[in-house]
Amino acid sequence: MYQKRTIKDITAKHIMFTLTLLVSLLVVVIAWGLFTRSRPILSENSLTALLFSVKWHPTQGQFGFAPFILGTIYVTLVAIVLAVPLAIFSAVFLAEYAPKALRNSFKPVLDLLAGISPVIFGAFGVLVIVPLVQKYLLPVVAHLAKFVPFLATNNFTGFGVFSAGIILAMMIFPIMTQVAEEVIHSIPKEVRDSSLALGATHWETIKYVVLKKSRPGIIAAVILGLARAFGETIAVLMVVGNVVQIPKSLFDAAYTLPALIANNYGEMMSIPLYDSALLLAALILLVVTVFFNILAWLILARVEKAYV
Amino acid sequence: MLVSFIFVIFIFLSMIAVIVIKGLPGLNWKMLTQTPKSGYYIGGEGGILNAILGSLYLAVGATLLAALISVPVVLFINVYLKKDSWFAMLVRFSFDVLWGIPSIVYGAFGFAVMIFFHVRASLLGAIITVAILEFPIISRVADGILKLVPVELKEVSLSLGATRFETSFKVILKQAAPGILTALLIGFGRGVSDAASVLFTAGYTDSLPTSLLRPVATLPLAIFFQLGTPFAEVQQRGYTAALILILIIFAISGLSRILSKRFHEHILR
Repeated sequence: MYQKRTIKDITAKHIMFTLTLLVSLLVVVIAWGLFTRSRPILSENSLTALLFSVKWHPTQGQFGFAPFILGTIYVTLVAIVLAVPLAIFSAVFLAEYAPKALRNSFKPVLDLLAGISPVIFGAFGVLVIVPLVQKYLLPVVAHLAKFVPFLATNNFTGFGVFSAGIILAMMIFPIMTQVAEEVIHSIPKEVRDSSLALGATHWETIKYVVLKKSRPGIIAAVILGLARAFGETIAVLMVVGNVVQIPKSLFDAAYTLPALIANNYGEMMSIPLYDSALLLAALILLVVTVFFNILAWLILARVEKAYV
Repeated sequence: MLVSFIFVIFIFLSMIAVIVIKGLPGLNWKMLTQTPKSGYYIGGEGGILNAILGSLYLAVGATLLAALISVPVVLFINVYLKKDSWFAMLVRFSFDVLWGIPSIVYGAFGFAVMIFFHVRASLLGAIITVAILEFPIISRVADGILKLVPVELKEVSLSLGATRFETSFKVILKQAAPGILTALLIGFGRGVSDAASVLFTAGYTDSLPTSLLRPVATLPLAIFFQLGTPFAEVQQRGYTAALILILIIFAISGLSRILSKRFHEHILR
């Protein structure tokens, strides 16, 4: 005969196990849910046609995602190009040069920055970045565009790929710096000491030993930033211009997949297949970000195994 | 390197400064204590009390719901399962994957489910959606905190004859309570500040939240809508709303910092 408290323990175990199982299946449930809802459009069009067609006319039943996919990729690339060097330098500075007190006190600041609302970043973009681009950068660009491709634009509003890239770079900087700093910091002291003992300077040690050893981890940090940038919605929507076109220049307006969902999902009911198309867009976002996150997870798990 | 570090600090400081400077002139009691009157979005009278209260109701509800899921799950993988259990690994992995899913996907999925059950945009729908968004964040932080609780504590408790249930809730949870609270506050902060997940699930209304089944206004969306209007006066209120949101986020972050410091002071080592 079991005691009452043992029965309690066993019951609790089963309840908690079930809950845990459900939670770990949530990703699958969401993916499956989005897939079943986007099946109508997949049965009428081939996936390649949807992904590579540039014709987006929902009322005529044409759903080509290419402008949105390319817009998302361009904006993400600009953000990565801007943020990665800054994040790596900051991480190296924090892990290698900064006094311990600064290092410890900056970590909470990174957390804080990562927690600031996307809307605030968007507001900053509208308020500062867009006017700066419009007033100061575009006139310069207009001159440069004669010599450099990808700069010529007839969009003089300041809302566009470049502005969105700047805002995104600010948003993904905290997570990339955090991960990169942790990876660099986890490299054992002995590795550094032996390099220094062989006569290398501090900078040489960082460049040839520390950064080389932490490369996989830094790549993982970049991938995490990439995944973040790919799915960011409101902040990008506020500054990217939201024009359905394939941007030909860094300063052209564009449209991203998350912005597409955000702008249209509320009132898509009257057009056939529209909701199915938007949920397919959500499914694409899910698949891409999950893929990147798993990739980063695998790399970081391996890095952790190597040093701990 | 120092230069790039300072550059980054400068950018973020200027961002916060810009929001504060732009938002401050519009900050008054009317903003904080009134709901939008008619014609608010074309420059009419009123404030954004509906959005402030809505955001708080929503985030409190979502955080409580997320805690109901997170705490048992995290206790389960830390107390019931062995340290190198593959199931615990799988659960941690799924936390990481869920954490990486963009909030617009949660929003779209939540709304699709709500349509399926014929539920309109409402506080309840938004609470559930945001809870799903928050719980991986809370779980990851709480998991990290429970890992810090010494194994000996668990072993002593079990060897004195306590069941794992008693060990979980009476010993481990008590030890980690301030840490768990920190995790909840981080989740709460995310819930208050996210806009994409509540865009369709919460709806928007100019009146105060009264029922779980009615639409509710949120602060991020209030900022978004007000900035989207062509009227300078309304945009000014958008910046003020942004300032209010930043203040809320900073307050939450400060609170969680104090709590986690206290956690590190009290924990047995």
